[in-house]
Amino acid sequence: MTLPTFAPGDDPGPDFVGLLTRLGVGSFESTVVFDPAQITHGTTVLAIRYSDGVLMAGDRRATSGHLISHRSIEKVFPADSSSGVAIAGAAGPAMEMVRLFQLQLEHYEKVEGTTLTLDGKANQLSQMLRNHLPAAMQGLAVVPLFAGFDSRTKQGRLFQFDVTGGRYEERDYAAIGSGGLHAATVVKLRHRPGIGADEAIDVAIEAIFQAADEDIATGGPDTVRGIYPVVALITADGFERLADDDVAARTGTLLESLRGAS
Amino acid sequence: MYVSPEQMMKDKADYARKGIARGRAAIGCTYADGVLLCAENPSNTLRKVSEIYDRIGFVGVGRYNEFDQLRIAGVRHADFKGYSFSREDVNARSLANQYAQNLGHNFTHEMKPLEIEMLVAEMSVEDGGDQLFHLLYDGTVIDTNSFVVIGGEADAIRERMEATWSREAALGSALGSAVDALAGPDRQLAGDDLEVAVLARQNGRRAFRRIEGADLDGLLA
Repeated sequence: MTLPTFAPGDDPGPDFVGLLTRLGVGSFESTVVFDPAQITHGTTVLAIRYSDGVLMAGDRRATSGHLISHRSIEKVFPADSSSGVAIAGAAGPAMEMVRLFQLQLEHYEKVEGTTLTLDGKANQLSQMLRNHLPAAMQGLAVVPLFAGFDSRTKQGRLFQFDVTGGRYEERDYAAIGSGGLHAATVVKLRHRPGIGADEAIDVAIEAIFQAADEDIATGGPDTVRGIYPVVALITADGFERLADDDVAARTGTLLESLRGAS
Repeated sequence: MYVSPEQMMKDKADYARKGIARGRAAIGCTYADGVLLCAENPSNTLRKVSEIYDRIGFVGVGRYNEFDQLRIAGVRHADFKGYSFSREDVNARSLANQYAQNLGHNFTHEMKPLEIEMLVAEMSVEDGGDQLFHLLYDGTVIDTNSFVVIGGEADAIRERMEATWSREAALGSALGSAVDALAGPDRQLAGDDLEVAVLARQNGRRAFRRIEGADLDGLLA
């Protein structure tokens, strides 16, 4: 592995994907249309804006057709120290996109000596999705959520995307994936402006629970194996994933209240 | 006109050394929690000290455009290697070798040698394994685990540093040694004249942190 140096006109600058292209690492190319049952899919993820920032959560199930292929995968990742990315869709390309996105942000930061703005990061993810469109048309669609703390406006912000790279900033919440509709309804009914962290976490856990209750591809809390949704908070202090114990305790409270109601 | 190879190399080396000696110096040293990188640099935007990878830092002195180009190439090398293999497979030794190849090639094949001196530092996960690689303009690599002085008046600074440096020093006293060595007996260096960063074991995955503003003034006080 030699030292990558380029002539001024051919220099990729802080663009890591551009660097990969120049080093001969090609993007995915195929003309086959994939059978959805053969591809591992990730499902429900959501983001909620709250008083100190933004929360992201996701269930832990991956499916291949009607089979559960993984019980404990993660779909919510830190993108950098002040933002996070959550994914739904074909798991393989989605994980690769997250990895590239994380690297791109870090690479830019190191080469340029400064971080991208939150809008710049969202735009970067947009472009990655647009480049991925041919694969999406073959059945390998990836749809992410992006959320972060905007250090200029001092508040949390969140973005939805579509497979073409369309970028849509949402005001308060967003949920995507096969159970996204159900999750969004729960958040919609319980969300209010200025919601606190504590309440937002409980709303997120219930939203994932209700999505799992209606959608077979979304995993609910697995008390036997001790697998619970991933919940992360992004604030001025950075990206922080909640401890499993905390989520387990909150899930216990939720289940208790549901038992009492029935 | 015939010029003997000896004469040509000597001329090139003199030229490079002169260029480097004009610039201000920098020190990299190990301390209790990792590696301290400290450069005399009045600019707040044109950096001499930078992050390469999770546990790898870089210091360059001499001609800015030349070492900055190599810094960026180093970031690319490290990020690409980590992407192709795993983050743990990226190390300073391999990067230092690449730099040495590049500098050596330039020195022998190009008209103008690079007027730079660089330091590549790697913090080890456990105490005591930190490595510093000192790279000269002609591709010479020297590795050490104590301290490295690069740039102008390096010999005098090295002597002063030798007298005060200790591996077990805390950050404040390690910084004190480095700053006193850089300043010499007749000068005082303040926070604004310095560019300071650490690779510290308590910093998590990306161990590189700049120490600036009030934090730096606090340590210097």
